[in-house]
Amino acid sequence: MIGTVGQDAAPILVMRDVCKWYAEFCALYAVDLEVLPGERVVVCGPSGSGKSTLIRCVNGLETHERGSIILEGREVDGDPKKITAVRRRVGMVFQQFNLFPHLTVLQNCVLGPVRNHGIPRKEAENLAMSVLERVHIAEQATKYPSQLSGGQQQRVAIARALCMKPTLMLFDEPTSALDPEMITEVLDVIVELADQGMTMICVTHEMGFARRVADRIVFMDAGEIVEIASPEEFFRAPQSDRAKAFLRPILSH
Amino acid sequence: MTLPRSGRHDGEPPARPRRLPPARPARARLTPVDAALFGLVALALAYAAYRVDDVLAYRWNWGQAFNFVIRYDAATGSWVPNLLLQGAAMTLRLALWGTVLATLIGVVMGLARTSTNLTLQLLSRAYVELIRNIPPVVFIFIFYFFISSQLFPAIGVDRLRPDSPILANPVALVLFGPPNLFANFLSGVVCLAIFEAAYVTEIVRSGIQSVEKGQWEAARAIGLSHTRVIADVVLPQALRRILPPLGGQFISLVKDSAMVSLISVQELTFLSNEVASTTRRTFETWIIAATFYFAMCLVFSLLFDHLERRARLVPR
Repeated sequence: MIGTVGQDAAPILVMRDVCKWYAEFCALYAVDLEVLPGERVVVCGPSGSGKSTLIRCVNGLETHERGSIILEGREVDGDPKKITAVRRRVGMVFQQFNLFPHLTVLQNCVLGPVRNHGIPRKEAENLAMSVLERVHIAEQATKYPSQLSGGQQQRVAIARALCMKPTLMLFDEPTSALDPEMITEVLDVIVELADQGMTMICVTHEMGFARRVADRIVFMDAGEIVEIASPEEFFRAPQSDRAKAFLRPILSH
Repeated sequence: MTLPRSGRHDGEPPARPRRLPPARPARARLTPVDAALFGLVALALAYAAYRVDDVLAYRWNWGQAFNFVIRYDAATGSWVPNLLLQGAAMTLRLALWGTVLATLIGVVMGLARTSTNLTLQLLSRAYVELIRNIPPVVFIFIFYFFISSQLFPAIGVDRLRPDSPILANPVALVLFGPPNLFANFLSGVVCLAIFEAAYVTEIVRSGIQSVEKGQWEAARAIGLSHTRVIADVVLPQALRRILPPLGGQFISLVKDSAMVSLISVQELTFLSNEVASTTRRTFETWIIAATFYFAMCLVFSLLFDHLERRARLVPR
């Protein structure tokens, strides 16, 4: 898997010494992370360890107080213009889908391209239909989100993000709100994306999925990156005690 | 290999006889309790009519009162609207313009209230609290003075002559009423709109705040600008949710328009008062006025029922 990543290419994302506080609580502490083009990074760790906060800082949904986050040469800081530019290059998929309930599936996908890039609606709809094909949900294009199952909604959310032609995809626990029988259809779509070379950072508790797609596993605890390793190393022989403690109950059955 | 028993498709299981679920038991819609209640209400109404007719000894004269709705003009030989109908038309204009203006101000102030800008928040908050905590009648007396002595000279309304082409044309006549009453009408509309908009602001604010955080985040995450987040994602959802309270507020607006009779805006209540005191046909006049108000409010009410039903067609 690592062979697909251009080792000499410039990183898409560089995070240096990123710190974030919620009031007095330190949610992220001195996070250093680089993501190369085409790389698949899976972030895991116990709940409350700062995984979601980490990826939410990447597209400026949360602000960091210290350190720098640079995406394709653009620094993510308080400047709204720069953040908007960054968000148009980064797709995000949420745990709770967050589809726009007043818009159809197709309108959900078309909104970004039409409003941000000024693409004519007809053209944007064609693009959206081809993306909906990719996530195997084109036949539901005229329905409203409430008429779809959780798994279908999440695939639409992935399509909505892909319609912006992102260079990096962020997945924030994409299967945690799903019924068990729907997890596979969503993970399959993400695996297909990964196989097509999409750069992604994925926060997940699905360890089988992590082992299958990840180039690197980032293990976090208490706001810090404790360990970064290939999936083979991480699951076979985790280095830190905290990773061992985290994996023990997961791997025991 | 065995052949499937039903000769249709291979692999399809043979049809099993299904038991139909039992029909829902019938329920009576009109019970004896309902009938008894209807009877009681009918008795009460009959007694009230008897009191008015017999004990009050009031001599009804509907003809004279109706004459103030429309009258026969002998000079031209045609029926022309009289004071009460003119008043009703003025009230309708007040209600329509008041609704439009109150909606505009309310949405803007509601957005200001929910913005991240502290100055805007405070301005909006101050506006709402100021108006909500003063009796409407008192507000209208104070504000009318401000409008007539400051606002109108500033925007040049007091220099508009009744024969000016801006006012003296058929469209303006329908929209704003008689040219000689324009300043009078405008002060009524402005007072009413500013008063009602404070309540609309609160309704809009609650609607905007009811839109989940995830919606804002998803809209931002696809790179929409702040304006587009509001216009494409937040407001459409907020407005759907606030339709019922908004409808109630607009019905209140129609009824509250009676308050501007206090600053001599020649609308239904003002003219009814004139008619009732000059003709002494108190009951007839006010019953006619009440009927006009009721009809207008009912139309508003039905309109919002319709809008609500249409908004519900979009599933959530």
